Amino acid sequence: MKTWIKIAAIALLLYVHIGGMLFEVPRLNILNETIRALYFHVPMWFGMVLLFLISVYYAILYLRNPTSKFDIRSVEYANVGLTFGILGMITGMLWANYTWGTPWHGDPKQNGAAIALLVYLAYFILRGSIQNEEQKARLSAVYNIFAFAAMIPLIFIIPRLTSSMHPGSGGNPGFNMYDLDSKMRLVFYPAVIGWFLAGVWIALLRIKVRELEEQIMDFENE
Amino acid sequence: MILRLIQKEFILELRRKAVISGISLYLVSIIFICYLTFSLRQNSINEATWSALYWLSVLFANVNGIAKSFIGEKKGLLIYYYSIASPQAIILSKIIYNVVLSLALALAGFLLFSIFIDNPLQDQELFILTLLLSSFGFSACLSLISAIASKTNNSNVLMAVLSFPVIIALLLMSIKITKNALDGLARSESQDELLNLFAINCIMVALAYLLFPYIWRS
Repeated sequence: MKTWIKIAAIALLLYVHIGGMLFEVPRLNILNETIRALYFHVPMWFGMVLLFLISVYYAILYLRNPTSKFDIRSVEYANVGLTFGILGMITGMLWANYTWGTPWHGDPKQNGAAIALLVYLAYFILRGSIQNEEQKARLSAVYNIFAFAAMIPLIFIIPRLTSSMHPGSGGNPGFNMYDLDSKMRLVFYPAVIGWFLAGVWIALLRIKVRELEEQIMDFENE
Repeated sequence: MILRLIQKEFILELRRKAVISGISLYLVSIIFICYLTFSLRQNSINEATWSALYWLSVLFANVNGIAKSFIGEKKGLLIYYYSIASPQAIILSKIIYNVVLSLALALAGFLLFSIFIDNPLQDQELFILTLLLSSFGFSACLSLISAIASKTNNSNVLMAVLSFPVIIALLLMSIKITKNALDGLARSESQDELLNLFAINCIMVALAYLLFPYIWRS
Protein backbone atom coordinates (compact mmCIF):
# COMPACT_ATOMS: atom_id res chain seq x y z
CA MET A 1 0.00 0.00 0.00
CA LYS A 2 1.18 3.49 -0.69
CA THR A 3 2.85 4.87 2.41
CA TRP A 4 2.62 8.51 1.36
CA ILE A 5 -1.17 8.44 1.56
CA LYS A 6 -1.04 7.45 5.21
CA ILE A 7 1.61 10.00 6.12
CA ALA A 8 -0.13 12.80 4.22
CA ALA A 9 -3.51 11.96 5.71
CA ILE A 10 -2.18 11.87 9.28
CA ALA A 11 -0.16 15.07 8.89
CA LEU A 12 -2.98 17.00 7.24
CA LEU A 13 -5.66 15.87 9.68
CA LEU A 14 -3.42 16.62 12.66
CA TYR A 15 -2.84 20.09 11.26
CA VAL A 16 -6.58 20.51 10.56
CA HIS A 17 -7.62 19.50 14.06
CA ILE A 18 -5.10 21.77 15.75
CA GLY A 19 -5.46 24.64 13.30
CA GLY A 20 -9.20 24.29 13.02
CA MET A 21 -9.66 24.57 16.75
CA LEU A 22 -7.07 27.26 17.50
CA PHE A 23 -6.63 29.56 14.51
CA GLU A 24 -8.50 32.81 14.39
CA VAL A 25 -11.79 32.81 12.48
CA PRO A 26 -13.86 35.75 11.28
CA ARG A 27 -16.63 36.78 13.64
CA LEU A 28 -19.96 36.57 11.85
CA ASN A 29 -23.45 36.95 13.14
CA ILE A 30 -25.29 33.73 14.04
CA LEU A 31 -22.35 31.60 12.90
CA ASN A 32 -19.89 32.79 15.57
CA GLU A 33 -17.53 30.00 16.59
CA THR A 34 -19.62 27.30 14.88
CA ILE A 35 -17.95 28.40 11.67
CA ARG A 36 -15.22 25.94 12.62
CA ALA A 37 -17.61 23.14 11.68
CA LEU A 38 -16.79 24.12 8.09
CA TYR A 39 -13.51 22.20 8.40
CA PHE A 40 -15.32 18.98 9.28
CA HIS A 41 -18.73 19.22 7.60
CA VAL A 42 -17.91 20.42 4.09
CA PRO A 43 -14.93 18.06 3.51
CA MET A 44 -17.28 15.15 4.22
CA TRP A 45 -19.40 16.07 1.17
CA PHE A 46 -16.37 16.70 -1.01
CA GLY A 47 -15.02 13.35 0.14
CA MET A 48 -18.32 11.60 -0.46
CA VAL A 49 -18.67 12.85 -4.03
CA LEU A 50 -15.05 12.05 -4.86
CA LEU A 51 -15.30 8.55 -3.37
CA PHE A 52 -18.53 7.85 -5.25
CA LEU A 53 -16.80 9.11 -8.38
CA ILE A 54 -13.99 6.59 -7.85
CA SER A 55 -16.62 3.91 -7.24
CA VAL A 56 -18.33 4.74 -10.54
CA TYR A 57 -14.95 4.73 -12.28
CA TYR A 58 -14.33 1.17 -11.10
CA ALA A 59 -17.89 0.19 -12.02
CA ILE A 60 -17.19 1.33 -15.59
CA LEU A 61 -13.90 -0.59 -15.57
CA TYR A 62 -15.80 -3.63 -14.34
CA LEU A 63 -18.30 -3.51 -17.19
CA ARG A 64 -15.49 -3.24 -19.72
CA ASN A 65 -13.45 -6.01 -18.12
CA PRO A 66 -15.37 -8.14 -15.61
CA THR A 67 -12.93 -9.21 -12.93
CA SER A 68 -13.76 -9.35 -9.23
CA LYS A 69 -10.84 -6.99 -8.56
CA PHE A 70 -12.76 -4.01 -9.96
CA ASP A 71 -16.00 -5.07 -8.31
CA ILE A 72 -14.39 -5.15 -4.86
CA ARG A 73 -12.90 -1.69 -5.42
CA SER A 74 -16.19 -0.27 -6.62
CA VAL A 75 -18.10 -1.61 -3.62
CA GLU A 76 -15.59 -0.54 -1.02
CA TYR A 77 -15.27 3.01 -2.34
CA ALA A 78 -19.07 3.25 -2.33
CA ASN A 79 -19.07 1.91 1.22
CA VAL A 80 -16.64 4.53 2.49
CA GLY A 81 -18.42 7.21 0.48
CA LEU A 82 -21.66 6.27 2.18
CA THR A 83 -19.99 6.50 5.58
CA PHE A 84 -18.69 9.95 4.68
CA GLY A 85 -22.18 10.95 3.57
CA ILE A 86 -23.73 9.82 6.85
CA LEU A 87 -21.04 11.67 8.81
CA GLY A 88 -21.62 14.77 6.69
CA MET A 89 -25.32 14.50 7.39
CA ILE A 90 -24.77 14.21 11.15
CA THR A 91 -22.29 17.09 11.30
CA GLY A 92 -24.58 19.17 9.12
CA MET A 93 -27.56 18.49 11.36
CA LEU A 94 -25.58 19.41 14.45
CA TRP A 95 -24.40 22.61 12.84
CA ALA A 96 -27.89 23.45 11.57
CA ASN A 97 -29.30 22.89 15.02
CA TYR A 98 -27.18 25.75 16.37
CA THR A 99 -27.39 28.14 13.43
CA TRP A 100 -30.73 27.56 11.70
CA GLY A 101 -32.58 26.43 14.80
CA THR A 102 -33.59 22.92 13.79
CA PRO A 103 -31.58 19.92 12.66
CA TRP A 104 -33.71 19.30 9.56
CA HIS A 105 -34.64 22.34 7.60
CA GLY A 106 -35.83 21.04 4.25
CA ASP A 107 -32.99 22.88 2.60
CA PRO A 108 -32.60 21.79 -1.06
CA LYS A 109 -28.99 20.76 -0.53
CA GLN A 110 -29.90 18.80 2.56
CA ASN A 111 -32.66 16.98 0.69
CA GLY A 112 -30.37 16.36 -2.27
CA ALA A 113 -27.77 14.85 0.03
CA ALA A 114 -30.38 12.66 1.70
CA ILE A 115 -31.44 11.37 -1.70
CA ALA A 116 -27.81 10.68 -2.63
CA LEU A 117 -27.58 8.53 0.48
CA LEU A 118 -30.83 6.76 -0.46
CA VAL A 119 -29.35 5.91 -3.86
CA TYR A 120 -26.37 4.17 -2.33
CA LEU A 121 -28.43 2.46 0.37
CA ALA A 122 -30.59 1.08 -2.47
CA TYR A 123 -27.36 0.02 -4.17
CA PHE A 124 -26.40 -2.10 -1.17
CA ILE A 125 -29.91 -3.58 -0.92
CA LEU A 126 -29.67 -4.50 -4.61
CA ARG A 127 -26.38 -6.26 -3.91
CA GLY A 128 -27.90 -8.05 -0.96
CA SER A 129 -30.77 -9.51 -2.95
CA ILE A 130 -28.83 -11.21 -5.73
CA GLN A 131 -27.19 -14.56 -5.05
CA ASN A 132 -25.08 -15.07 -8.14
CA GLU A 133 -21.75 -13.27 -7.60
CA GLU A 134 -21.14 -12.37 -11.20
CA GLN A 135 -24.67 -11.12 -11.78
CA LYS A 136 -24.53 -9.17 -8.52
CA ALA A 137 -21.38 -7.38 -9.64
CA ARG A 138 -22.71 -6.60 -13.11
CA LEU A 139 -26.15 -5.35 -12.10
CA SER A 140 -24.85 -3.27 -9.24
CA ALA A 141 -22.23 -1.72 -11.53
CA VAL A 142 -24.98 -0.77 -13.97
CA TYR A 143 -27.10 0.70 -11.20
CA ASN A 144 -24.11 2.53 -9.77
CA ILE A 145 -23.39 4.31 -13.06
CA PHE A 146 -27.03 5.03 -13.77
CA ALA A 147 -27.81 6.35 -10.30
CA PHE A 148 -24.67 8.47 -10.16
CA ALA A 149 -25.49 10.13 -13.46
CA ALA A 150 -29.02 10.81 -12.29
CA MET A 151 -27.79 12.12 -8.95
CA ILE A 152 -25.47 14.80 -10.32
CA PRO A 153 -28.27 17.13 -11.44
CA LEU A 154 -29.77 16.70 -8.01
CA ILE A 155 -26.82 17.69 -5.89
CA PHE A 156 -25.21 20.28 -8.11
CA ILE A 157 -27.91 21.87 -10.23
CA ILE A 158 -31.19 21.94 -8.32
CA PRO A 159 -29.85 23.71 -5.20
CA ARG A 160 -28.52 26.44 -7.46
CA LEU A 161 -31.92 27.02 -9.04
CA THR A 162 -33.84 27.38 -5.82
CA SER A 163 -33.06 29.46 -2.82
CA SER A 164 -31.00 27.63 -0.25
CA MET A 165 -29.65 28.51 3.12
CA HIS A 166 -26.30 27.12 2.08
CA PRO A 167 -23.89 29.66 0.69
CA GLY A 168 -23.36 29.75 -3.04
CA SER A 169 -26.97 29.38 -4.14
CA GLY A 170 -30.09 31.42 -4.63
CA GLY A 171 -28.11 34.63 -4.77
CA ASN A 172 -26.31 33.96 -1.50
CA PRO A 173 -22.63 34.77 -1.59
CA GLY A 174 -20.35 31.77 -2.07
CA PHE A 175 -17.31 30.90 -0.09
CA ASN A 176 -16.10 34.46 -0.19
CA MET A 177 -18.43 35.18 2.67
CA TYR A 178 -16.33 32.99 4.90
CA ASP A 179 -12.79 33.80 3.95
CA LEU A 180 -12.87 37.55 4.20
CA ASP A 181 -9.36 37.36 5.56
CA SER A 182 -8.70 34.13 3.57
CA LYS A 183 -7.20 32.66 6.71
CA MET A 184 -9.82 29.94 6.70
CA ARG A 185 -8.64 28.74 3.33
CA LEU A 186 -5.33 27.80 4.95
CA VAL A 187 -7.15 25.20 6.98
CA PHE A 188 -10.08 24.42 4.69
CA TYR A 189 -8.18 23.16 1.65
CA PRO A 190 -5.86 20.92 3.69
CA ALA A 191 -8.97 19.64 5.49
CA VAL A 192 -10.61 18.63 2.19
CA ILE A 193 -7.49 16.84 1.00
CA GLY A 194 -6.80 15.30 4.40
CA TRP A 195 -10.28 13.83 4.87
CA PHE A 196 -10.32 12.58 1.29
CA LEU A 197 -6.97 10.82 1.76
CA ALA A 198 -8.24 9.31 5.00
CA GLY A 199 -11.26 7.96 3.08
CA VAL A 200 -9.03 6.47 0.41
CA TRP A 201 -6.88 4.90 3.10
CA ILE A 202 -9.90 3.24 4.75
CA ALA A 203 -11.10 2.01 1.36
CA LEU A 204 -7.66 0.61 0.50
CA LEU A 205 -7.54 -1.26 3.80
CA ARG A 206 -10.97 -2.75 3.23
CA ILE A 207 -10.06 -3.75 -0.32
CA LYS A 208 -6.95 -5.47 1.02
CA VAL A 209 -9.04 -7.38 3.58
CA ARG A 210 -11.58 -8.43 0.96
CA GLU A 211 -8.87 -9.62 -1.41
CA LEU A 212 -7.15 -11.63 1.33
CA GLU A 213 -10.50 -13.20 2.26
CA GLU A 214 -11.01 -14.15 -1.36
CA GLN A 215 -7.55 -15.73 -1.51
CA ILE A 216 -8.30 -17.75 1.63
CA MET A 217 -11.57 -18.92 0.05
CA ASP A 218 -9.67 -20.02 -3.03
CA PHE A 219 -7.16 -21.98 -0.91
CA GLU A 220 -9.94 -23.71 0.97
CA ASN A 221 -11.69 -24.66 -2.22
CA GLU A 222 -8.58 -26.28 -3.64
CA MET B 1 -36.61 -4.46 -36.05
CA ILE B 2 -37.48 -1.78 -33.51
CA LEU B 3 -40.76 -1.10 -35.26
CA ARG B 4 -41.64 -4.76 -35.31
CA LEU B 5 -40.86 -5.08 -31.59
CA ILE B 6 -43.02 -2.07 -30.75
CA GLN B 7 -45.81 -3.52 -32.86
CA LYS B 8 -45.47 -6.78 -30.94
CA GLU B 9 -45.66 -4.95 -27.60
CA PHE B 10 -48.91 -3.28 -28.60
CA ILE B 11 -50.46 -6.46 -29.96
CA LEU B 12 -49.52 -8.41 -26.84
CA GLU B 13 -50.80 -5.67 -24.58
CA LEU B 14 -54.12 -5.43 -26.36
CA ARG B 15 -54.49 -9.19 -26.46
CA ARG B 16 -54.12 -9.76 -22.73
CA LYS B 17 -56.21 -6.95 -21.43
CA ALA B 18 -55.68 -7.87 -17.80
CA VAL B 19 -52.48 -5.85 -17.42
CA ILE B 20 -53.65 -2.61 -18.98
CA SER B 21 -57.03 -2.70 -17.27
CA GLY B 22 -55.27 -3.53 -14.00
CA ILE B 23 -53.11 -0.43 -14.23
CA SER B 24 -56.04 1.75 -15.25
CA LEU B 25 -58.04 0.51 -12.28
CA TYR B 26 -55.02 1.15 -10.07
CA LEU B 27 -54.92 4.77 -11.22
CA VAL B 28 -58.67 5.20 -10.79
CA SER B 29 -58.50 3.72 -7.29
CA ILE B 30 -55.64 5.99 -6.22
CA ILE B 31 -57.41 9.09 -7.45
CA PHE B 32 -60.70 8.04 -5.92
CA ILE B 33 -58.96 7.41 -2.60
CA CYS B 34 -57.39 10.88 -2.83
CA TYR B 35 -60.83 12.28 -3.47
CA LEU B 36 -62.42 10.42 -0.56
CA THR B 37 -59.67 11.00 1.98
CA PHE B 38 -59.69 14.71 1.36
CA SER B 39 -63.48 14.63 0.96
CA LEU B 40 -63.08 17.40 -1.52
CA ARG B 41 -65.79 19.37 -3.22
CA GLN B 42 -66.81 21.02 0.03
CA ASN B 43 -63.55 22.85 0.38
CA SER B 44 -61.34 22.51 -2.62
CA ILE B 45 -57.64 21.76 -1.97
CA ASN B 46 -55.01 24.34 -2.67
CA GLU B 47 -52.76 24.22 -5.70
CA ALA B 48 -49.66 22.84 -4.01
CA THR B 49 -51.61 19.86 -2.70
CA TRP B 50 -53.16 19.33 -6.10
CA SER B 51 -49.79 19.04 -7.83
CA ALA B 52 -48.36 16.85 -5.05
CA LEU B 53 -51.30 14.45 -5.22
CA TYR B 54 -51.25 14.41 -9.01
CA TRP B 55 -47.56 13.62 -9.30
CA LEU B 56 -47.69 10.99 -6.57
CA SER B 57 -50.55 9.16 -8.24
CA VAL B 58 -48.86 9.31 -11.62
CA LEU B 59 -45.51 8.20 -10.17
CA PHE B 60 -46.99 5.14 -8.47
CA ALA B 61 -49.08 4.20 -11.50
CA ASN B 62 -45.99 4.55 -13.70
CA VAL B 63 -43.78 2.47 -11.42
CA ASN B 64 -46.37 -0.30 -11.35
CA GLY B 65 -47.14 -0.07 -15.05
CA ILE B 66 -43.61 0.03 -16.40
CA ALA B 67 -42.35 -2.56 -13.92
CA LYS B 68 -44.24 -5.07 -16.02
CA SER B 69 -41.99 -4.46 -19.00
CA PHE B 70 -39.37 -6.95 -17.82
CA ILE B 71 -40.51 -8.34 -14.49
CA GLY B 72 -43.58 -10.17 -15.77
CA GLU B 73 -41.92 -11.74 -18.81
CA LYS B 74 -41.36 -15.48 -18.92
CA LYS B 75 -37.78 -16.83 -19.02
CA GLY B 76 -38.30 -18.58 -22.33
CA LEU B 77 -39.65 -15.46 -24.01
CA LEU B 78 -36.62 -13.45 -22.89
CA ILE B 79 -34.27 -16.06 -24.34
CA TYR B 80 -36.24 -15.93 -27.59
CA TYR B 81 -35.84 -12.14 -27.78
CA TYR B 82 -32.18 -12.53 -27.01
CA SER B 83 -31.71 -14.81 -29.98
CA ILE B 84 -33.60 -12.67 -32.50
CA ALA B 85 -32.89 -9.03 -31.62
CA SER B 86 -30.02 -6.81 -30.54
CA PRO B 87 -30.21 -5.44 -26.99
CA GLN B 88 -30.30 -1.87 -28.32
CA ALA B 89 -33.40 -2.66 -30.38
CA ILE B 90 -35.08 -4.23 -27.38
CA ILE B 91 -34.45 -1.38 -24.95
CA LEU B 92 -35.42 1.26 -27.53
CA SER B 93 -38.64 -0.54 -28.36
CA LYS B 94 -39.45 -0.93 -24.67
CA ILE B 95 -38.71 2.74 -24.01
CA ILE B 96 -40.88 3.92 -26.90
CA TYR B 97 -43.71 1.62 -25.92
CA ASN B 98 -43.46 2.75 -22.29
CA VAL B 99 -43.48 6.42 -23.32
CA VAL B 100 -46.88 5.81 -24.88
CA LEU B 101 -48.05 3.92 -21.82
CA SER B 102 -46.73 6.53 -19.41
CA LEU B 103 -48.19 9.41 -21.39
CA ALA B 104 -51.55 7.63 -21.53
CA LEU B 105 -51.43 7.14 -17.75
CA ALA B 106 -50.51 10.77 -17.16
CA LEU B 107 -53.28 12.06 -19.44
CA ALA B 108 -55.84 9.68 -17.97
CA GLY B 109 -54.76 10.79 -14.51
CA PHE B 110 -55.15 14.43 -15.55
CA LEU B 111 -58.63 13.75 -16.89
CA LEU B 112 -59.68 11.92 -13.74
CA PHE B 113 -58.25 14.65 -11.56
CA SER B 114 -60.22 17.23 -13.51
CA ILE B 115 -63.42 15.23 -13.06
CA PHE B 116 -63.08 14.17 -9.44
CA ILE B 117 -61.03 16.86 -7.82
CA ASP B 118 -60.39 20.02 -9.70
CA ASN B 119 -58.48 21.52 -12.58
CA PRO B 120 -56.77 24.60 -11.21
CA LEU B 121 -54.31 24.85 -14.11
CA GLN B 122 -54.02 28.20 -15.81
CA ASP B 123 -51.64 27.07 -18.53
CA GLN B 124 -52.86 23.75 -19.90
CA GLU B 125 -50.45 23.51 -22.87
CA LEU B 126 -47.39 23.96 -20.71
CA PHE B 127 -48.62 21.24 -18.38
CA ILE B 128 -49.24 18.82 -21.26
CA LEU B 129 -45.75 19.55 -22.56
CA THR B 130 -44.37 18.74 -19.12
CA LEU B 131 -46.30 15.48 -19.10
CA LEU B 132 -44.84 14.58 -22.49
CA LEU B 133 -41.27 15.35 -21.41
CA SER B 134 -41.56 13.63 -18.05
CA SER B 135 -43.06 10.51 -19.60
CA PHE B 136 -39.84 10.11 -21.62
CA GLY B 137 -37.76 10.26 -18.47
CA PHE B 138 -40.05 7.95 -16.52
CA SER B 139 -40.07 5.43 -19.31
CA ALA B 140 -36.29 5.35 -19.88
CA CYS B 141 -35.44 5.25 -16.19
CA LEU B 142 -38.07 2.73 -15.16
CA SER B 143 -37.47 0.42 -18.13
CA LEU B 144 -33.81 0.07 -17.22
CA ILE B 145 -34.53 -0.39 -13.53
CA SER B 146 -37.22 -2.92 -14.28
CA ALA B 147 -34.61 -4.88 -16.24
CA ILE B 148 -32.27 -4.75 -13.24
CA ALA B 149 -34.99 -5.63 -10.75
CA SER B 150 -36.28 -8.54 -12.84
CA LYS B 151 -33.03 -10.42 -12.13
CA THR B 152 -33.41 -10.28 -8.36
CA ASN B 153 -35.39 -12.29 -5.85
CA ASN B 154 -37.79 -9.69 -4.48
CA SER B 155 -38.17 -7.69 -7.65
CA ASN B 156 -41.29 -5.73 -6.77
CA VAL B 157 -39.84 -4.15 -3.64
CA LEU B 158 -36.54 -3.47 -5.37
CA MET B 159 -38.29 -1.85 -8.30
CA ALA B 160 -39.63 0.83 -5.96
CA VAL B 161 -36.50 1.17 -3.84
CA LEU B 162 -34.18 1.48 -6.83
CA SER B 163 -36.31 3.80 -8.90
CA PHE B 164 -37.45 6.41 -6.38
CA PRO B 165 -34.10 8.07 -5.64
CA VAL B 166 -33.18 8.09 -9.32
CA ILE B 167 -36.46 9.58 -10.47
CA ILE B 168 -36.64 12.36 -7.89
CA ALA B 169 -34.59 14.81 -9.97
CA LEU B 170 -37.06 14.40 -12.81
CA LEU B 171 -40.02 14.67 -10.50
CA LEU B 172 -38.77 17.86 -8.83
CA MET B 173 -38.27 19.54 -12.20
CA SER B 174 -41.76 18.53 -13.33
CA ILE B 175 -43.31 19.77 -10.11
CA LYS B 176 -41.56 23.10 -10.51
CA ILE B 177 -42.96 23.56 -14.01
CA THR B 178 -46.37 22.41 -12.79
CA LYS B 179 -46.23 25.14 -10.19
CA ASN B 180 -45.52 27.71 -12.88
CA ALA B 181 -48.37 26.31 -14.97
CA LEU B 182 -50.70 26.44 -11.97
CA ASP B 183 -49.86 30.06 -11.33
CA GLY B 184 -50.15 30.89 -15.01
CA LEU B 185 -46.73 32.52 -15.20
CA ALA B 186 -45.27 33.58 -18.52
CA ARG B 187 -43.80 30.76 -20.58
CA SER B 188 -40.32 32.27 -20.48
CA GLU B 189 -40.28 31.72 -16.70
CA SER B 190 -40.34 27.96 -17.19
CA GLN B 191 -37.82 27.83 -20.00
CA ASP B 192 -34.88 26.89 -17.78
CA GLU B 193 -36.79 24.09 -16.10
CA LEU B 194 -38.03 22.73 -19.41
CA LEU B 195 -34.48 22.67 -20.73
CA ASN B 196 -33.33 20.93 -17.56
CA LEU B 197 -36.07 18.37 -17.85
CA PHE B 198 -35.10 17.78 -21.44
CA ALA B 199 -31.43 17.39 -20.48
CA ILE B 200 -32.28 14.89 -17.74
CA ASN B 201 -34.33 12.93 -20.26
CA CYS B 202 -31.42 12.86 -22.68
CA ILE B 203 -29.10 11.59 -19.92
CA MET B 204 -31.55 8.88 -18.92
CA VAL B 205 -32.27 7.63 -22.44
CA ALA B 206 -28.56 7.65 -23.32
CA LEU B 207 -27.62 5.77 -20.16
CA ALA B 208 -30.38 3.22 -20.61
CA TYR B 209 -29.24 2.68 -24.19
CA LEU B 210 -25.60 2.27 -23.19
CA LEU B 211 -26.05 0.19 -20.06
CA PHE B 212 -28.83 -2.16 -21.10
CA PRO B 213 -26.62 -4.55 -23.13
CA TYR B 214 -24.68 -5.37 -19.94
CA ILE B 215 -27.84 -6.40 -18.11
CA TRP B 216 -29.20 -8.27 -21.07
CA ARG B 217 -26.24 -10.62 -21.49
CA SER B 218 -27.06 -12.78 -18.51
